[in-house]
Amino acid sequence: MPMTMTQKILAAHAGLDHVTAGQMIEAKLDLVLGNDITAPVAIKEFEKAGFDKVFSTEKIALVLDHSTPCKDIKSAQLCAIVRDFANQHNIQNFFDVGTVGIEHALIPEHGLAIAGDAIIGADSHTCTYGALGAFSTGIGSTDMAAGMATGTAWFKVPAAIKVVLTGKKQVYVSGKDIILHLIGLIGVDGALYQSLEFTGEGVSALSMDDRFTISNMAIECGAKNGIFPVDEKTMAYLKGRTDREVRVYTPDVDAEYVRTITINLDTLRPTVSLPHLPSNTRTIDQAKGMPLNQVVIGSCTNGRMQDLREAAAILNGRKVAKNIRCIVIPATQEIYLQAMEEGLVKIFIESGCAFSTPTCGPCLGGHMGVLADNEWAISTTNRNFVGRMGPTTSMIILSNPAVAAASAVAGCVADPADLT
Amino acid sequence: MARVYKYQDNVDTDVIIPARYLNEPDPAALARHCMEDIDQGFAAAVQPGDIIVAGFNFGCGSSREHAPVAIKACGVKCVIAKSFARIFYRNAINVGFPIMECMEAAEDIEAGDSIDVDFASGVITNNTKHKTYQAEAFPEFVNQIIAAGGLLNSLKNRA
Ligand code: SF4
Repeated sequence: MPMTMTQKILAAHAGLDHVTAGQMIEAKLDLVLGNDITAPVAIKEFEKAGFDKVFSTEKIALVLDHSTPCKDIKSAQLCAIVRDFANQHNIQNFFDVGTVGIEHALIPEHGLAIAGDAIIGADSHTCTYGALGAFSTGIGSTDMAAGMATGTAWFKVPAAIKVVLTGKKQVYVSGKDIILHLIGLIGVDGALYQSLEFTGEGVSALSMDDRFTISNMAIECGAKNGIFPVDEKTMAYLKGRTDREVRVYTPDVDAEYVRTITINLDTLRPTVSLPHLPSNTRTIDQAKGMPLNQVVIGSCTNGRMQDLREAAAILNGRKVAKNIRCIVIPATQEIYLQAMEEGLVKIFIESGCAFSTPTCGPCLGGHMGVLADNEWAISTTNRNFVGRMGPTTSMIILSNPAVAAASAVAGCVADPADLT
Repeated sequence: MARVYKYQDNVDTDVIIPARYLNEPDPAALARHCMEDIDQGFAAAVQPGDIIVAGFNFGCGSSREHAPVAIKACGVKCVIAKSFARIFYRNAINVGFPIMECMEAAEDIEAGDSIDVDFASGVITNNTKHKTYQAEAFPEFVNQIIAAGGLLNSLKNRA
């Protein structure tokens, strides 16, 4: 029986020669991840069930990224629970204020996710590491507790959708536009219970940061994971980040896919998602001119170097419009430093942006940029659900970093190509 | 008599339990804000044994287990939907909260209908409309987890 790339990784981790879609398997895990919101619940369940030992001190990552530096007393108490647990169990990959970054940027940066891995994380955007050719998927706190105890997780082997990328993307188009376009095509449940497998000649031209952005939002169409083939760019990214053996899996040529979707990058336009679903997409031409109050550039979707460079290129020598609050958040400390060295921080601050320490912050309406009633934001984050960044009357438009930056300058939704 | 709360497609975890309340994961605290951003009166009005009926992709969005926990802590008996987002589906099973996937029931049942559910057989009875619906059966391994009282108990039993 031919297998998809995802099926091959799952088979290998379940110790099986073959798996087929729908089969229930138990897979060995290379990493179990949790954050300051989900890990406290997992730790409580872990202890309540009477477990007293973790399966590995190296293969668990605890990342305090959502509400840190702690926004209030309750968040501080949650972080303390995770901190104590990490100390008690000698968790090697524990990231606290000072070293912490947004988990899905931080984990690949530290070489904790590599090609061929099977990873679960108590965070829905754990699917990000598919960019590296890993199987990774979001689960809940109880699964995380079970994973920390046993190093395994149950999966139903998914069927897959093949996404073929052809052509080459144009200026001001990024990975974000590719994934928003795809979600617009198939809907927020278009890949429910399934994998997305990206392929085609268009893939090789995509940077790793583009691929991270695309895999990151696989969950926004309901997918279990979104995976890319491993090529020279992947290998170059992994180089120096890990001592572990990289396992490269390729789908069988006759692997079955439930459907094939082709996206022609030659004609793809910058794309935005209007409130209140990521699938509510428009090309930039159809959205420009919409009024705004806030711009957010950051998150596990678009807080990486390429994103900051694209935003800075637009903001360089320009000013954020009077009516706009523009908040820029690098995803990790490494990115923060690099942005300083490249002079990007100076550009952001001189143009009138707030530049923050790494945190999830406004992405989930936690802190560092919560909206007021009836306010509109354009944001490079991944969800524009009702109330995600503030009260239920506030509105979020999702976009790529260049569109967000251009909108900050224009004071309304804008096409970067129109800036003078 | 179980009352029905009916919602549309894509009820996401941000409206089930908004992120601003995640800093207090105690089930009773979560229950006080359950469904707040989609149905303000829900938490105050819901009674033990009530049922939520919804469309496609219920529980989409974040992985927060706080969502099924909040609904369960309100005393809601089960959620019947056309489909569930996969992480919510997994979480509900793992915390021992029953969910039923049934197109016809989710379409047909209206707010105010009197509903009985039988988890073992998957049969949903609409007493108001004098109709029955058959929900999708769980895979066997899921039944084992539920029978054990959740994922961690089932793992403990194996050890
Ligand atoms: S940046 Fe946003 S989507 Fe990403 S992990 Fe943080 S809260 Fe979740």
